[in-house]
Amino acid sequence: MAATASTSSRSLWQRQRWLILRRCSQALILLAFLSGPWFGVWIAKGNLSSSLTLGVLPLTDPLLVLQTLATGHLPYSSALIGAAIVLAFYLLIGGRVFCSWVCPVNVVTDAAAWTRRRLGIKTGRVPDANTRLWLLAGLLLAAALTGSLAWEWLNPVSLLHRGLIFGMGGGLMVIAGIFIYDVFVASRGWCGHLCPMGAFYGLLGRKALLRVAAPARKACDDCMDCFTVCPEPQVIRPALKAVGQTHPLILAADCTTCGRCIDVCDKQVFKMTHRFDQRSE
Amino acid sequence: MGSLRLPDTVMDTPRPLRQPAAVPPPVSAARRRFINSIAAAAGGGCLLALGAGLYSRSASALPAQALRPPGALPEADFLAACVRCGLCVRDCPYDTLKLSDLGDPVPTGTPYFRARQIPCEMCEDIPCVKACPTGALDRQLTDINQARMGLAALVDHESCLNFLGLRCDVCYRVCPVIDKAITLEPQHNPRSDRHAMLLPTVHSDACTGCGKCEKSCVLPEAAIKVFPRQLAQGALPAHYRKGWEEKARHGGSLIGEQVEMPVRGFDGSTAGRAPTELPTAPSAPVAPEAAPAMPPKATLPVRPAPRGGLDSHWKP
Amino acid sequence: MSINRRDFIKTQAIAAAAATAGISVPAIAAKKDEAPAPAENGAAVRWDKAPCRFCGTGCSVLVGVQNGRVVATQGDPDAAVNRGLNCIKGYFLSKIMYGEDRLTRPMLRMKDGKYSKDGEFAPISWNQAFDIMAEKWKAALKAEGPGSIAMFGSGQWTIFEGYAASKLMKAGFRSNNLDPNARHCMASAVTGFMRTFGMDEPMGCYDDIEQSDAFVLWGSNMAEMHPILWTRITDRRLTKTDVQVHVLSTFEHRSFELADNGMVFVPNTDLAILNYICNHIIQSGKVNQEFVKKNVNFKIGETDIGFGLRPAHALEKDAKFNGYPGADGKPKNNPGDARPSSFEEFKKFVSEYTLEKVSKLSGVPAERLKKLAELYADPNKKVVSFWTMGFNQHTRGTWVNNMIYNVHLLVGKISTPGSGPFSLTGQPSACGTAREVGTFAHRLPADMLVTNPEHRKHAEEIWQLPEGTIPDKIGLHAVAQSRALKDSKLKCYWTSTTNNMQAGPNVNQEIYPGWRNPAAFVVVSDVYPTVSALAADLILPAAMWTEKEGAFGNAERRTQVWRQQVKAPGEAKSDLWQFMEFSKRFKVEEVWPAELIAKKPELKGKTLFDVLYANKVVNKFPKSDVQKVNEHAIKGYTNDEAEVYGFYVQKGLFEEYAQFGRGHGHDLAPFDVYHKARGLRWPVVDGKETLWRYREGYDPYVKAGEGVKFYGHKDGKAVIFALPYQDPPEKPDAEFDMWLCTGRVLEHWHTGSMTRRVPELHKAVPEAQIFMHPDDAKKRGLQRGMVVKVLSRRGEMIGRIETKGRNKPPVGLIFVPFFDESKLVNKLTLDATCPISKQTDFKKCAVKVVRA
Repeated sequence: MAATASTSSRSLWQRQRWLILRRCSQALILLAFLSGPWFGVWIAKGNLSSSLTLGVLPLTDPLLVLQTLATGHLPYSSALIGAAIVLAFYLLIGGRVFCSWVCPVNVVTDAAAWTRRRLGIKTGRVPDANTRLWLLAGLLLAAALTGSLAWEWLNPVSLLHRGLIFGMGGGLMVIAGIFIYDVFVASRGWCGHLCPMGAFYGLLGRKALLRVAAPARKACDDCMDCFTVCPEPQVIRPALKAVGQTHPLILAADCTTCGRCIDVCDKQVFKMTHRFDQRSE
Repeated sequence: MGSLRLPDTVMDTPRPLRQPAAVPPPVSAARRRFINSIAAAAGGGCLLALGAGLYSRSASALPAQALRPPGALPEADFLAACVRCGLCVRDCPYDTLKLSDLGDPVPTGTPYFRARQIPCEMCEDIPCVKACPTGALDRQLTDINQARMGLAALVDHESCLNFLGLRCDVCYRVCPVIDKAITLEPQHNPRSDRHAMLLPTVHSDACTGCGKCEKSCVLPEAAIKVFPRQLAQGALPAHYRKGWEEKARHGGSLIGEQVEMPVRGFDGSTAGRAPTELPTAPSAPVAPEAAPAMPPKATLPVRPAPRGGLDSHWKP
Repeated sequence: MSINRRDFIKTQAIAAAAATAGISVPAIAAKKDEAPAPAENGAAVRWDKAPCRFCGTGCSVLVGVQNGRVVATQGDPDAAVNRGLNCIKGYFLSKIMYGEDRLTRPMLRMKDGKYSKDGEFAPISWNQAFDIMAEKWKAALKAEGPGSIAMFGSGQWTIFEGYAASKLMKAGFRSNNLDPNARHCMASAVTGFMRTFGMDEPMGCYDDIEQSDAFVLWGSNMAEMHPILWTRITDRRLTKTDVQVHVLSTFEHRSFELADNGMVFVPNTDLAILNYICNHIIQSGKVNQEFVKKNVNFKIGETDIGFGLRPAHALEKDAKFNGYPGADGKPKNNPGDARPSSFEEFKKFVSEYTLEKVSKLSGVPAERLKKLAELYADPNKKVVSFWTMGFNQHTRGTWVNNMIYNVHLLVGKISTPGSGPFSLTGQPSACGTAREVGTFAHRLPADMLVTNPEHRKHAEEIWQLPEGTIPDKIGLHAVAQSRALKDSKLKCYWTSTTNNMQAGPNVNQEIYPGWRNPAAFVVVSDVYPTVSALAADLILPAAMWTEKEGAFGNAERRTQVWRQQVKAPGEAKSDLWQFMEFSKRFKVEEVWPAELIAKKPELKGKTLFDVLYANKVVNKFPKSDVQKVNEHAIKGYTNDEAEVYGFYVQKGLFEEYAQFGRGHGHDLAPFDVYHKARGLRWPVVDGKETLWRYREGYDPYVKAGEGVKFYGHKDGKAVIFALPYQDPPEKPDAEFDMWLCTGRVLEHWHTGSMTRRVPELHKAVPEAQIFMHPDDAKKRGLQRGMVVKVLSRRGEMIGRIETKGRNKPPVGLIFVPFFDESKLVNKLTLDATCPISKQTDFKKCAVKVVRA
C-alpha cells in the first residue's frame, strides 16, 4: 500500500535497489546450480543442503550436519568442512542474510506478504514467534530420537531449492501451502514464526557484522512504510526510535538484512553498514 | 536467549502516531497469551518430533522397486546420513539416479533409481560414491562388483520365455557379472524332447542389483525384477547344515573314513555304488537260468554329466 | 571423464545421424504402442505356416493374421527343427514389418525435378523409377556392355526372387555380375565343399545332433547365432553321459559356457590346429584306412595365392597363384589349383605340425589340443563339427573348410548319423537361394558353373535361349563390385535384401566412395531406410517376408515355402515383381547382339519379360492354380504377382528351376507338395527326403553295395588337401596393436534393420559395444563404459568399452558387433578375401584403441 503507492521523487532503482540485488543474488545462486544441467557449464553441483562449487569448494548446510550428528552419524570431512565454511560465513556476515539473500522460499513469502497487503487482509492468527525455536529444538530431537533426518521429509526450504534444481512435483503442494498460510492465516507466518532454519540462522547471526542502521532517523516522518514491508518489523523500533538503545544499528538477530526498509523509505533514514558504525546524523 | 523471554516487543510497546496495527491487549491477557504460545510452540515441536519419528519408521522400508545407489548404508543409517544434496545424482553419468520428491514413496529428497527405467551401469570408478559428502554412500566400496544395491529375482516363471523353452536369456547376456550373478542352468525340455531349457538363475553372492536384467527383459512386464535385498532374500537357520558344503569345507567327511563292505553281485572297487555301474551279469550267481534282470539300456540313468557347472575354467 | 560419458550418451542420436559422411541415418523409429495385439472384436486370427525370417536354422512359425495384418506368431509345435520354440528374434517376428519408417514409395535423388547424384530424395512413381533405371541401364549397356552393370542380392531373397534375378542378369542382360551377400557369409563353405566333394552343402542334417557323442565348434558362436540349435546341443550334452563339447574361437563367447574343452587360439592358427589333428590321427594310427583307400584322393594345394586384395597391393604383386592379370595380362594361374598327391606325402606334410609347435603357435595349452585331437581320432566317438563365420570369413576360408573335411575323411566320420562336418549358415536362405539357385557370379543353378560350357549349354536349353547367351566369364563378386564402382567400371548397380554399406568391408575406402562415385547409379530395394538405402541414388520400397509368397532353404537342405499373408504397405512391391517389371523395359535388340538373336529369330522384338518369364514354362500355370494349390490353407487365396501377371509366377519359376536339379542330386519335390509340407530336405526322390547324403541306404544316389560314394566328383571320391599354415595379410604391429574381430549378437540380426525396429530388442541391446580384455583397458587407461575411438588404417569408429560382458576377448583382441548403424565397424575392416572363395575376412585386422 504505502510502499507500493509511494509518490516519491526517487528513481525506481533507488526505490527497489536492495530488492533487485537480493533477487539477483537468489537467482544467481540458482543459476550456479542450473548452469550445469542446462548449459553443461558446471559451476555448483548439488543444492543448498550440500554442494561442490567449481569442483573444489564444498559447502554444506550446518543445520543439516548438526542433525546428522544428532542421529549419531559422523559425516565425511568434506561435509564437515563445508559446514564449517558456511558457519563461518554466516557468523561473520549475518545469519539471516541467508533468509533474504539465498533462501528461495523468501521469494514465496515475500510474494505472499505483498499479496496480503494488496488484498488488505488483516485477519488471521499468528503463532508465537518462538515457535521456530521450539521447532528447531524439536527437529534436532527428532533426528536424535528417530536416527534419521526426519525434518528433511518436509523442510520447505530444501524442498523448494532441490525441486527447482532437480525437478519437483509433490513438493509444490508444500510451497503452495506456505503461500496460502502466509496470505490468509498468518502474516509473515512461515519465515517470521515457524521456519526453524531461519531460527537457526538467526542464532548464528547474533554477532554478525553486516547490519542495517537508521542513521538518519531524525528525518523519519512516521509514515510506517518500513514497518509495513519489514518481514520482522519488531527489529526496527529499537534503532529507529531509540528504544532501549542509543545507537541507530538494528542488532536484533531476527533482522534478515534484506534492506527493504532502505528501499521504501523516502526520507532515506536507513542504510546498510557494519555493526561498529554507530554514527547517526 | 533474549527473544525467547521477550516475545513480541512490537505488540507491547506504544504505537507511533499513525493507526497502530493492533490494539495492545490487557496485561493479564498478554500473559495468558504468552503462556499459551509457549505451550503451543513446545507442543508443536514435540508433535513434530513424534510425527517425524513415526514417519521415518514407516519410511525405513523402501518401496519394492526403489533401489539405492551403490555403497548406500543400510536404509536406517542411510536416512541418517544422506543430506539430500543430489551430488551423487549429478555425478551419475547415465542419469540413473533421481532424487525423490515429496509424495514419492521414497523419503523426500533421497537418491534412488528404478531398474526398469534406468539401471545402474556399474561404473568402475563409482562416481556417485565419490561425490557423496556425508558417507551415506560408503567410500569403502571401491570395487563396484561388491555393490549390493538390491537382488534380482526371477519372479514370474510362467512368463519367463526361457522357462517356456524359448531362447531369450537377454537378462543373462546383459548382466555385467554374467556367469556369476546370473547363470543359465540347462534342463531337459520334456515338451519338445530335444531342446534344453536354459533357465536364468540368480546368485545372491554375486548379484549387485544393478538392474540391467530387469531393464532389458523383453516382456511388457518384466519377469525378472530387482528388489532391495531384504525383500528378495530368504535366510537359512543354523540348525540344519548343507552336508555337501560342510564336507567340502572340511575336506572330507566330518566323521572320517567309515567301513564299506563289498556288495554281492558287483565286482570292482566301487562295488555297485557308482551310478552307472551294472551287476557283473554273466557271473551273477543267482538264478542262472533267468535272463539278465534288466536290459542294460534301461538301467542307464538319464542324468546330467557329472561336473561342477558349465564354466570351462579356461582363461586365455 | 564422467562428463564425457554423459555427453556421449546424449549425443548418440547425433552420432547416429552422422554415421557415414553425408548420410543421415534416422533414429530408431518403431512405434511404442505398435504391438500388433489381436483385436478383440470381430475377425478370428487366421494361422498359416512360414519359416522364421532370420538365421539359417530355419525354425518354423505359424503366422497369425487378422484384418490384413500380422498380429501374432507362434513357434510351430510340430516342426522338426524347433518344435514350437523360437529365439528372441523369432519371438518378435510379428513386429518386424511394422516399423514406423517403412519405405512405401520409390525415392529418387533429385534437383530441380530431375535426377541428380547430389540431389535430395524425393518420392516418385514406380513408372518414373523404372524410367530412370532403364535409361541408365540402357546407356551403360550401350556404351560399355554388360560388364558395366551389376546386381547384389542375398540369401534373404526368396528362392523365386533369386532365380528370377539370376535369369534377368545372366540371361537377360548377359552379365555374370550378380552376387549375393552370401559371398560375405558362406562362399568359403561353398568352395570348400566344391573342392573336396564336387558338390555343395552339408551331407548331414540337424538329426545328427541327437545321435552324436561330441560337438566341435570351429569359429561358431552357436549359443547366440543359432540359438535353437544350441538348445539341441545342450540337451544332448545334458541327457547323454560323456557327451563332449569342444569350442574353438579367437575369443571366449557364450558357447564356451557349455564347453568341456574351450580353446582360444591366436587368429589364423586354426589352420595349424587342423593339421596337428591330422598329424595326431596319423601318428596314433587311427586313420580309417579302408575308408580312406576307397573314398579319398589326396592333393596338394597351391599356396602362393595372395589375399584377394586389390591387384596393386604389395601382397598381391608377387603372388604367383592369385589369378590376377600378370605382366602379360593373363591371369596368374588359379588360386584353387592343386596337384595330385598321396597319403604318404600328406603324412609327411602334416608331420611338422607337432603338438608342441602348434600349441606354441596357437597359444592353446597342449593338453587341450590333445584332447581335441583324441576326440576326432577315437573310432568310438561320433563327432559333428559345426562352423560358421570363424571359418568362412577367413583369408584362407576355402582351405580351412577343406581342412576340416581332411580330419573327418581321415577317420571316416562323415555322412553317417551322428558324425559329419556341418557348415551352418547365417542367412535364412543362404542355401536355398544363394547356393542352390546359384546367384553367385560364378554359378548357375544346381552347383553348375558359368565357366563350364556344358553347364551353360544345359542352362540355355532349360531357359530356351540361344546358345552362347550366358557369358562364360565369372562376374564381379561382392568385393570386386565395390572396387569396380569406385574405379568407375560399374555404372549401374542394383542391390536388394541386403545392406552392404553397413555389412561390407572397408566401407570408408571402397564401398562408400564407390556408391557415391558420380559415374555410378545405385539402386537399393529395401524395406527400411538403411545406411545403404540412404547412400543410394534411387530407393525402391520392397515387400518383406509374408507380404509375398516365398521359399527359403535352410542349412540342412530343408526347403520351406510360405504363402503371402498380408499386403505390403503403400506402394511397396516384392523384389520378384520389381525384376519382372524391369525386364519389360528391355527389348532383346537392346541387350543382345544381333548374331545371338539370329540364332533364335523367334525372339526378335520380344521383351526380356517375354523371353525370361513368359516363356511358356514360367507362365505355364494359370492364375486359377494359385487358388487350387493353396485352397486347403487359405480360402480364395491369391498372391500379388498372380494378380498382376495372370499366372502362378512362383510355381512356374520353381518348376523351371527344379529341372536343373532333378536327377542330378538336387531333386526338389513338386511345387504343390511344399505348400502342404512343413519343409523337405533335398534330394527329394520318390517322395522321400534325404537326411544323409553320400551313404548307401540314406542317399538314393548311392547304389546298393557302394557303401559311401562322394558322387560330386566323377570318380566318387572326396579330396584331402595338404594345405599349410600361413600368416594373415594384416597382423597387429607396434602402431595398430590389436586384433579386431566383428560379429553378431543374439538380439539383433545382421545389420539390425529389422530387429532394431522392435522396441524390446532395441532396449535389450541398444548399441554395439567394444568388447575388450580388462587388462588391455587398464593398459590404455580406459575404463568400462568409457567412450573410445577404434582406428584402423582405413577408418575409425567411436563406441563404448565393455570389459565385463558376454564376450571375453583375450589380451590383444577386441570384438565389435556390426548391427549398429551408428557405429559402423566396417569402416575399419580390411577388404581382404579368401582368394578362392572371394569371401571377406571380417574376423581379423589390426586396430588401435584410444580415448575418444
